[in-house]
Amino acid sequence: MSRAGGTWVGARVPRNEDARLLTGRAQFVEDVEPPGALHVAFVRSDLPAGRLRRLDVDSARAHPGVHAAFTAADLGPLLRPGAVLVPPPPLEGLVFHARTALPLVRDRIRHQGEALAMIVAESRYVAEDAAQLVEADIEPLDPVVDLGHALDDDAPRIHDDLPSNLAAHVRQTKGDYAAARARADLVLERRFSYDRGIGGAIENRAVVAEWDARADRLQVWDTTQAPIPVRNVVAAALGLSESQVRFVAPFVGGGFGPKIMFYAEEILIPWASIQLGRPVKWVEDRYENFFATTQERGQLHEAEIAVTREGRILGVRDIFIHDSGAYDPYGLTIPINTQCTLLGPYRVPNYESEFRVAFTNKPIVTPVRGAGRQHGVFVMERLLDLAARGLGLDPVEIRRRNVIGSDEFPYNHEIMYQDFAPLRYDSGSYEASLEEAVRLVGHETFARERERVQADGRVVGVGVVNYVEGTGIGPYEGARITVEPGGTVRLATGVGTQGQGHFTSFAQIVADAIGVKPSDVRVVTGDTSDFHWGTGTFASRGAVVAGNAIHAAALSVREKILKHAAEALEVDPDDLELADGGARVRGAPDLSVDLGALALAANPLRGAVEPGTEPGLEATSYFGPPYGTTANGTHALVVAVDPETAMVEILRYIVVHDCGTVINPTIVEGQIHGGVAAGIGNAFYEELVFDEFGGTSNASFMDYLLPTSTDVPPIETTHLETPSTLNPLGTKGVGEGGAIPVAAAFAQAVEDALADIAPGLEILDIPCSPGRLFELLRKLREASTQAGETA
Amino acid sequence: MISVPISARINGIEWSGEVEPRLLLSDFLRSEVGLTGTHVGCEHGVCGACTVQLDGEPVRACLMFAVQIDRHEVTTVEGLAATVPGEAISVEQLHPVQRALHEAHGLQCGFCTPGILMTAEAFLRESPARSRDEIREAVSGHLCRCTGYHNIVEGVARAAERLAAGESVTEGKGEP
Repeated sequence: MSRAGGTWVGARVPRNEDARLLTGRAQFVEDVEPPGALHVAFVRSDLPAGRLRRLDVDSARAHPGVHAAFTAADLGPLLRPGAVLVPPPPLEGLVFHARTALPLVRDRIRHQGEALAMIVAESRYVAEDAAQLVEADIEPLDPVVDLGHALDDDAPRIHDDLPSNLAAHVRQTKGDYAAARARADLVLERRFSYDRGIGGAIENRAVVAEWDARADRLQVWDTTQAPIPVRNVVAAALGLSESQVRFVAPFVGGGFGPKIMFYAEEILIPWASIQLGRPVKWVEDRYENFFATTQERGQLHEAEIAVTREGRILGVRDIFIHDSGAYDPYGLTIPINTQCTLLGPYRVPNYESEFRVAFTNKPIVTPVRGAGRQHGVFVMERLLDLAARGLGLDPVEIRRRNVIGSDEFPYNHEIMYQDFAPLRYDSGSYEASLEEAVRLVGHETFARERERVQADGRVVGVGVVNYVEGTGIGPYEGARITVEPGGTVRLATGVGTQGQGHFTSFAQIVADAIGVKPSDVRVVTGDTSDFHWGTGTFASRGAVVAGNAIHAAALSVREKILKHAAEALEVDPDDLELADGGARVRGAPDLSVDLGALALAANPLRGAVEPGTEPGLEATSYFGPPYGTTANGTHALVVAVDPETAMVEILRYIVVHDCGTVINPTIVEGQIHGGVAAGIGNAFYEELVFDEFGGTSNASFMDYLLPTSTDVPPIETTHLETPSTLNPLGTKGVGEGGAIPVAAAFAQAVEDALADIAPGLEILDIPCSPGRLFELLRKLREASTQAGETA
Repeated sequence: MISVPISARINGIEWSGEVEPRLLLSDFLRSEVGLTGTHVGCEHGVCGACTVQLDGEPVRACLMFAVQIDRHEVTTVEGLAATVPGEAISVEQLHPVQRALHEAHGLQCGFCTPGILMTAEAFLRESPARSRDEIREAVSGHLCRCTGYHNIVEGVARAAERLAAGESVTEGKGEP
């Protein structure tokens, strides 16, 4: 597959990594089993809140096949709170209390699934047998379960040294909301809730560590999105040089956010390997994953919009509580994303936003695909829908009147984003994406002529919503490109990969720069021995930050190739072109030299080189954007709703999105499809149910419903390409966009479908499961019956 | 713990040995036989990642014990393609279902893929004349968090068309 002009960026290149994955040869962490490996099972707390009075591991230790049973008392200097991974931005008036967990519980249990003891045995089966023998005497404490009451004065305190369960308080404003409100024609106020869900990667977490005492080196295989930062934390904790510790994140079976976190197991497993002088392996099971792996969502909003009678936004006020779970190691990324993303693609001249972060006795909250953005989008889009309804406007029309125009970039929202930089939009296509989605769904025709009631008694509705996604944030990533004497091109970068197609899209960038095929480029990601600078795969930043570092390194290698080829062929570099794995003279293709020969010549084994000569055809480059680049898009969907059962079927799902330069449309569409599927789960099916004691009632895939193939419709995707102005490739991130606006679109469409049957229906709580929708409809019906009786 | 002797044909190769009665088939395949292509996602039979074929029929390896395969035939994802152990894989060696998933971008992280392949292969072997709706139904017992399923359905449909048109399947050489 070669394109005219040799351009690989933009082509639908099939993936380099597929053959290994399809044949079962791709190595995942769970597949790593060094000879002599011991296996770990953790004993975890079933209670979400308690005091550990006594922990007896003697019977477990004595169990045949058990090598060790570690408790907090065994950890020595390792027994200290974990790192705060993301410090809060320097905001005026900021309150932030950092509280992180100990690797194993010493006395206080703050969420279900906190690890009490670590059993190391000959096999996982034996380790689990022994785990059953551990006796834990736990004094139950009153748990904080309900987010709405977590900050009450009389709520039980989760961290005794704090005066309340307040973890953080942030206020950001622009303009003067009170004044805007005073001159508004319509002010609407609502409460919104957005409940908790899991990341749901099909691969659970796993860590395998092998301490080699003779080589004085530690090797760790880890299902992490951030192998380099994790390596650095582990080396420091164990008192090793970073160069003694190699972390490898091989193929990782889905990330979706939770694998960016730093976890206690990532220190405990390597530590145990050093203690025992044996390789040690731990694979999380699905039940553990519901507690020991981080989760997201859980916010309560009280929001208000002030508009003119023409539907122009004068201002928005939003006060919300964010559930951080028992600790807050990931700082304020999620609520700040919510705060900023609420503004969306709209002109909002006056904004008052304030949030409080609460500790609760629930598992820890860190980013999951979308990372708080969908909450903000949901609140804003719902406010616009309600305002449109109040003013008798079409939901599309109110959006048209408020989107930022293409001539208004860069657009400054005047508040601070999660990357510590002002919230500025570099470029975008807000009008165009809205109009294209409206055209594709046939919204105007639909609104005029629709047959709401289908033959089977179901009603049909349409939803059209917008979103932006702040992506590609700093600080930086790097890449090293090496042409090997065999002609193979090696690319190493520090980000981890979890299915995004990096082995192909990154290769396409290199292929364009130096005239090779993407299949000639061998990509290594997530191995600290190959590249040891970088931060990780998060915030939809791989194609932006790593992508542009790769681009820069490829251009440097290109210069070196041209210099060496010009010397070899005795021509001017300007007369050369790079193609088909070599350099050749323009117009005289017989005068050529292949890359392998140039690489060999660039690394002489004897003789002398000019002073300052760098060996090989190799270059390392770094890229750090001034601030994050903003992607955008519009989702439109058509639903059929059965008013009797409240079952919703998605008849069409349309995505018009703009992530700047598209490197590989097929891969980008895959990201959109998966994002939308996650959004559908989020909007409609997925909810973690906590009982009054704070226990999770549905910690299995039987009871926690991920969407399946019959729940996700075909997704029609249209790419708009407005290049980012913040990087040479013009790329913007796309990993999370698909998931962000789904709940908002879904709510609008369902309300539209039921407009005649249940005119007062307002969907303000997510997930809006069939059960919850049924209840909403039942209550509306009861209210209208009562009203009828009264009249 | 007592062990029980079993013998089975795994990807065309005879395997005999002793296993603990409580050893799950999924753990047996991965750690005793070294066939790590079979992935474990939930261990309660919902996600489908561990699906293998027992006498040609898809089964969840996490819901079976290794002793249950005694005198039966097991096929795992490693047995689908005509690959040669130790040699690089070319796309031409792939089974039509594998190749079609590759072409349709029907996999991303690839963790759930082996299970989907084992279900899809059996489904199309029974009959390649399958509609997209039937395919969607057939793979609905597999959870995938990356693809949104659309390209999985497209890939299996593409394979169905090819197999219906008579494309031959080269037997696997029984890795490892």
